[in-house]
This record gives sequence, structure tokens and C-alpha cells, in this order.
Amino acid sequence: MTTLVPFDKALAAYDPAMGLEVHVELNTNSKMFCGCPTEFGAEPNTQVCPTCLGLPGALPVVNHKAVESAIRIGLALNCEIAEWCRFARKNYFYPDMPKNFQTSQYDEPIAFEGYMDVEVEGETFRVEIERAHMEEDTGKSLHVGGATGRIHGADYSLVDYNRAGIPLIEIVTKPIIGAGEKAPLVAKAYVAQLRDLIVALGVSDARMDQGSIRADVNLSLAPKGSDKLGTRSETKNVNSLRSVERAVRFEVSRHAGILNEGGKVVQETRHFHEDTGETTSGREKSDAEDYRYFPEPDLVPVAPSREWVEELRGTLPENPTAKKTRLQVEYGFTDLEMRDVWAAGALPLIEATVGEGVAPQSARKWWVAELLRRANDAGVELAEVGVTPAQVAAVQKLVDAKTINDKLARQVFDGLIADEGTPEEIIEKRGLALVSDDGPLIAAIDDALAAQPDLVEKIKGGNMGAIGAIMGAVMKATRGQADAGRARELILEKLGLS
Amino acid sequence: MTDLLKKSAAELAELLAEGSVTSVALTQACLDRISEVDTGDNGVHAFLHVDAEGAIAAAAASDARRAKGELLSPLDGVPIAVKDVLTTIGQPTTCGSKILEGWVPPYDATVVARLKAAGLPILGKTNMDEFAMGSSTEHSAYGPTRNPWALDRIPGGSGGGSAAAVAAFEAPLAIGTDTGGSIRQPGAVTGTVGVKPTYGAISRYGLVAMANSLDQVGPVTRTVLDSALLQELIGGHDPLDSTSISEPIPSVVDAARLGASGDLTGVKVGVIQELTTGEGWQPGVMARFDESLELLRDAGAEIVEVSCPSFEHALAAYYLIMPCEASSNLAKFDAMRYGLRVTPDGDPSAEEVMRASRDAGFGDEVKRRIILGTYALSSGYYDAYYGQAQKVRTLIQRDFAAAFEQADVLVSPTAPTTAWKLGEKLDDPLAMYKGDLATIPSNLAGVPGISVPAGLADEDGLPVGFQVLAPAKADDRVYRVGAALETLLEKKWGGPLLDKAPVLEGVAR
Ligand SMILES: [Zn+2]
Repeated sequence: MTTLVPFDKALAAYDPAMGLEVHVELNTNSKMFCGCPTEFGAEPNTQVCPTCLGLPGALPVVNHKAVESAIRIGLALNCEIAEWCRFARKNYFYPDMPKNFQTSQYDEPIAFEGYMDVEVEGETFRVEIERAHMEEDTGKSLHVGGATGRIHGADYSLVDYNRAGIPLIEIVTKPIIGAGEKAPLVAKAYVAQLRDLIVALGVSDARMDQGSIRADVNLSLAPKGSDKLGTRSETKNVNSLRSVERAVRFEVSRHAGILNEGGKVVQETRHFHEDTGETTSGREKSDAEDYRYFPEPDLVPVAPSREWVEELRGTLPENPTAKKTRLQVEYGFTDLEMRDVWAAGALPLIEATVGEGVAPQSARKWWVAELLRRANDAGVELAEVGVTPAQVAAVQKLVDAKTINDKLARQVFDGLIADEGTPEEIIEKRGLALVSDDGPLIAAIDDALAAQPDLVEKIKGGNMGAIGAIMGAVMKATRGQADAGRARELILEKLGLS
Repeated sequence: MTDLLKKSAAELAELLAEGSVTSVALTQACLDRISEVDTGDNGVHAFLHVDAEGAIAAAAASDARRAKGELLSPLDGVPIAVKDVLTTIGQPTTCGSKILEGWVPPYDATVVARLKAAGLPILGKTNMDEFAMGSSTEHSAYGPTRNPWALDRIPGGSGGGSAAAVAAFEAPLAIGTDTGGSIRQPGAVTGTVGVKPTYGAISRYGLVAMANSLDQVGPVTRTVLDSALLQELIGGHDPLDSTSISEPIPSVVDAARLGASGDLTGVKVGVIQELTTGEGWQPGVMARFDESLELLRDAGAEIVEVSCPSFEHALAAYYLIMPCEASSNLAKFDAMRYGLRVTPDGDPSAEEVMRASRDAGFGDEVKRRIILGTYALSSGYYDAYYGQAQKVRTLIQRDFAAAFEQADVLVSPTAPTTAWKLGEKLDDPLAMYKGDLATIPSNLAGVPGISVPAGLADEDGLPVGFQVLAPAKADDRVYRVGAALETLLEKKWGGPLLDKAPVLEGVAR
């Protein structure tokens, strides 16, 4: 086992080069080459037909909507769109591949030569896109028995072909060089921004937790100043933004360890483990791994007309950088606020919350101050924290209506994350409503005043600061549910000071 | 054998219409003939599976429709045999391979669905070289088919079963598939008619692919008109096959009827020099070819010579493209979802099960082509083999284009020889491959071709085929010229060539 070299030390000696391959599962109603439905979570092997099961004699037919989505993704990534391109067969044997070849694209991708500008800590990196191509997903194997859950050592394996044939777009970057110590953040920011773009395009569910966006992280190190790329490892199916960052960090440390010991990095596939943040070796892979690609003879070439491409260009969402600038002005966020919002991946969430009628600063406060902390505690992305923009808006409206205050709102969020129902139901169940009826409040004030006559004297003597202590007692007695403003009014009234 | 069985499908359709025969009686007559000649050690063995029950039920349904005057097509009630390479609900589909033994598909090929929708009872599935790889039907894992003209000879291949079924009067019609000549060469050596339509004219959905860019479904019949009737029934665009042609092609039935007048005035017929000169052509084959050419000239056709120099490389290109596509197509036979599964002893991995199953399930010729294709597609060899072969393909297409500037149709013998003896070429794959010399170029170019019986070779008394080729989507031309030649020859012979075939009564046990 190689000793890991701490990240900072590794980067003092080596320059990292990364390549990111992101698979986006499209949200078309039917599969890439057949009419089967694509719904997530159906009973195994219920969304299949002769074509996606690879039965002898069945033929593929291209899903026009998937081509449209591919072109829109390509355009949004500033790519060229091929005037003419073909599908190709990628031949290899695997039990969850119905035909033992994957219908993909090889040297004629639908989109190529693009870029995406990624912002990290106020600095912009241009990630160059080599290609975006169309392909079909494989089935899913479940290996039963055995220690690892992998095929080796399993007692038996089950295969679900529902996923076989679901349209995928694979987006491949050119090597990302020069990010240095920011490499893990650049990788994370790229995937995050790509995800936001996919969401804005509406072409995928874009759920990393459900595998509708899957990232493979290729990483190599070269001695500082060298212009040659080192041998890369390919870490597969890194399934959250946080994992993208961690996988890069881990691989940098691991590669540096091997290189420092004079070893050679093995070109191989590796698996990332969410629990430990480590990668382990998968199968060895060489450049010569031979997929025997050749053009798919069962499909005719895809030749999108320039008119269609331009028409689709007209449907693109706003450029993310321009949008960011626009929203900062519109929302009146300071540069610092905006940087935090951006780093947290909160902008689309804030935008959606504002869209529900909430003031931008309130939306920002909840997402960046309150919910981000919870997401970090839970080790999940902000978007997956368990609260939706609509729920944040509902909570803020209850605060505005003085049904609850900010402090109680936090408890409502607890309830929302615990899935206890709507904000109203949670308030009801947890008994969180502000006490707005003067009766109990007056009783609590009377008790507090009677218990601390010295403070009463101080207040009457003009020491208004002493009101705070009385307020504290009242809040304690009402379990925080008192409307603080009203309590203060009543106290002053009682003491004849209003 | 009843005279009924000797009738063409067009004639049978008329008899059904007149009410002088029922579909049930006709279908039963075919089934009886199958029992009489197809089974046993010396039987023709055209069928791998006979669906007597299904065929009679379909025939009864046809008779019921006819009684109500609700016919589905001009051939409603006329029985047919289907090559075992097309999927059929309720009937096994083996492709002549052990690896698919017992597999009953859950779906119908588009062609099969169209036959059913047109009311044709399906008698059963016909024998073929394993996965259509061969020119003799000897590579069937279920034993060879015998040539009805001489039971010790091959019926051609890969569709020897369909051709023999029609030649032996077991079925009036059959469906074949043609990747390099698998409809036309069996037609030639059994004295029957076989058509390879334009690539894409008939859906390939449900056709278990050998080489997707070359495979074409087509009719196997005893007359040119029957082939035309059948092509019109099963042809046309299929949304399930992206490579099927969406625009209509001229009526082939009209063309066959026009040709039957025997008049070819103004038609330019190009004789392909590369397929009529040089070594390897049996004298009796060339004699019948030359006579046929004279008849066409007498009928008013203008005969010209054309040269297609790239045809020389057609066989080499074919034996790269076909195995490349086949090696990938056959990868799906891995014992995971259907077909033969061989589980080695011990605790085998999925890969080991795949390997053992494929080793046991595929025959030698199939393995030979998988290895060839896998090698040719390998990284570093792709350009030299597959890439070069595709370039040759383009050159062949250009040769055709240039030749069709000079002639409306091109002609050659369908196959260089008559039927050889069973076993004769089994140890010499290259000799076997050469049997497809004349048919392969049209598959590489996607153009239509027909083989029409041209008589019997003097030296062995066995049938010879005459091939007519036309530009893509001009299938009507091969039907017109084919029908004309058929008319002229039958006039000369005083009846169909098959009248001269042995009667075969009682060959089955
Ligand atoms: Zn499907």
C-alpha cells in the first residue's frame, strides 16, 4: 500500500491534469432506440422490448427528441454541431449489455469543440469540451451474495434491463491543466455548473443521487514544469459534487505517493467509496483496450439541418455567467455575498425561492446561512438537503405573517427535513405558533415582574437595558413563542411607561 | 402429388376465388406433400419446423373470411414457408444454429406480421446454413437440405430450405434472405425464381442479422409473377427499420405482367464482362446463359457489353465486411438471456459460461467468420481491412452507376456452376465462397437482382440460373426482363422447367 502524500505537499511537487467524463441521462419519454418508457424506479424488467433486450432480429430507431436534447446540450456548451454523424458499435462482452455492444458514437460525435467557463473563488477557468456524444445506457446488475457486492464472489447475479437503452449524453472535457491546488474545486465547480446548465435546459432530471448525472474523474500528475502528461487513473461513477472534489484530492495524494516512491501509476479503472473518501482498484485498462468500433449499420446517419440547429439555439437558456451578473444586480447582493451564494451552489435555489415571492435577502439568508449548515452537517449538497424552494417560501410567508419567528422557523426546517409534513402541519404538531393572544403573555409578564421587583425599579429608573432580562424570563415562560415586539409593548404598558 | 401443388400462387389465388378449392384443402395438400417428401434419411429436409396446426387454423380463418367476402390480400389463403432466420411468434426460430435451439421469439418479424395480416397460412420454418453462412445449406446444425433435382446434391445456400421447399412442391411460396446470394443462388441450382430486392425495399425488422448492411429479405417462388405478388405484399417502409426505403418503388406486379408479353423492344441489356468471361464458369451454365441472351435479343432487347472492373475485388471486400458485421451481431448469443447455456463444472464466471456456450453452440463456419471479423475490426487493422473493403464497396457502386448509364439492366449467370455433390466443397471454404461471385456485387451496391431458371446444363442435367440486375429502386426492371425471359423459355420448353424435375414420390420413410 502506497503512503498517501498530503494534498498540499503533492501539489508542491506535481501538476495535476484532469479529464472529466460526465454522463447525463436524458429525460425523454422513451428510450434511445425503442419506444419503451424511461420512468425511474419501475419493477425490474417491465420497461423492455425486443430492441432494448437485444433479442435476435430486433432493430434500433433513433429517438428524435434525444437528438434534439444532445444538440441543445452541445450548443449550450458552445460546441460545433456535426452536419452529419453516425452511431458506432462499441463491442465488448458484459452480462448487462443486451447486445454485447453499446450503440454509441465514436469518431463522429454530434457535438464537439466547445467550452464552459467555470468560476472558483472569484477566478474563472475555461474548461474545454472535446465532445458530447449520444449513446445508450446499459442494464443494471445486482450481485447477490459475496463480500463485495461485485460480480466476483457473488452467489448469483440479477440483471434489470429497464435502464438498458435509456439515452445518455457523454460530455468529455479536454485535459484540464493549470488548476493546481484548485483542481478539486474546479472539478467540482465544473460538474456543478454543468448540472445547473442541464437543469436549465430541462433535458434531464439531473439527479446525481439517482445516477441521472454520473461523473468519471480521470487524473494524472506530472512533475512540476514538465510538459508531458502522466499516466492517468479513471475513477468511475462519482455520484455527488462533494465526491468529485474528494476523488480528485484522494487521487492526487495517491498518485504522488506512488511517484515519490519511484513507482509507476497503473492505468486502471478505480471505484470511489463515499464512506471513506478513498478509491480502490477496479480493472486494469490499457489504451489498447479494443472496442472494435465500426459504424452502426442498422441506423442511418444523423444529419441535423442548420435551420433546425439555429432554431434550437433560440431555445437555449440564458448563459450562466451573464445570468449570475444579472441576478447579483437584481438581488442587490454584495460581491462577498454573491461569492458565498455561488460557492454553495445556492443561486438556482435562491432564484426559485425569489420566484415564489420571497425577498432576495431573506431567500439568501435561509439558503446560505441556515440550510447550508445543515447540508454540510449531513454531508450532502444544498440542493439535496431535503427542503425545496417552495417550502422555504412558505416558511418565510409564515414569518412575515408573524405566525412564527426566525427562531421557530428553524424548527420548522427541522420538521421539513424530517419529512413531518407541510410547514403548517409541523407548526401544529410541534406546537410552534407564536403566542399572539395577549392573555397568556400578560400572565407571563405579570409573573416575571413579580419575581424580579429590583429589575422593575431599575426600568422605572430609566435603565431600559433591564427590560432585556424581563423579556428573557417571558420568553422562557412561553417557550420562545411570544411575539417579542408585543411583549415589550405590554411590559412598558404595565409599568406605565408607554 | 395432386396437380394442385404444381400451380403457381397466382393460379391458386384464382382457384380459391372461384371456390374450386379451399385454403384448408390447399394447405393440407402442402402438409401432406411435406410428410411425403421432406422427412427421413433421404428426404428433402427443407423444413426445420412444420406448424401444421397453426397453418390449418390460419387457412380455416381465410376460408371464413372468403365466405364473408372480406379478403385481406390477393394471396389470402395461399400457404407459404418462411426461412428460419425470421422471428415468428409461436414457432421456434433457430437460424440453423444449436445456440438458438428451442428459442421461440416473443415477436414477429415485420415480414411475418405482414404475411399474417395478408392472410397467408405459414406452413413452417425452412432450413438454412447456420446464421445464413454458407452456399449449400450443409452448415445447418440440423443437417443439410437435399436438392429435389438430385437428392445427393446441395440445394444452394444459405436459403436452400426455402428454394427446395418450392422446387419440391411442398409450398407454392417461400421467404428467403439474401446477403451475398442466399436467395438467388439456391434459386439457380433448384430451378426456381428468387429475388433480392433493393436494399431497404423490405423491412429487416425481425431478420436475425448476418451482415446488416447487406442482408435483404425477398421472395422465393416458381414464377416471376408470384415473386412480384409476394414482394408487393411484404415490401414498403417500416418505421421499425430505419434503413427501409420510405418512398414507393414502381409496381413490380405490373412490371411482371408487362414482361410476360415477351416483348422487350427498346430495353438495353448489359452483359457484365467480368461475370461472363474467364475461368471457373461451367460450360453448360454458359451455354444456357448465351441461349437466354439470344432470346432476349429476339424479343427486341438491345444487348451491349459492359465492364465492371472492380467486381474482381467484390468477393474479398464481401469477406471482410460480412464477417465484421457478423462478429458483432453474433456477440449477443452469450447464454445470458436466451438460447443454449452450457455451464462448465466448478464455479464458473459469467465469462466462462459465455465461452463454453458459444463454443458448443456455434458451428465451424460461424466461428471462422466471427474470428475473421473480430480480427479485421481490431485496433490497428481496421483501416487496412474494414476501411479498404468499404472503399472497394464504393468502387463497385461506381461501376454499377457507370454500367447503368449504358444499359437498363445488367445480366450474368446467377452462379458459376450447377449444384455440386453434398460434402464436395465442405473442406474448401474458398471454393464454396466462389459460388457467390456473381451475386455478391449487387449486395455490396444494394441493387436488386433476380434469378430465373434458364434450363439444364448439358453435362449434368441440372438447373442453371440467369441473373438480371437493375439500379436501386428499379426493381420493376428485373421483374419485367425476368418475366419476359420466363415466357420465352417456357414457350421453348413447352412448360415450366420444374416439369422436368424428378417426382420424388415416397422418398421419405
Ligand atoms: Zn425497448
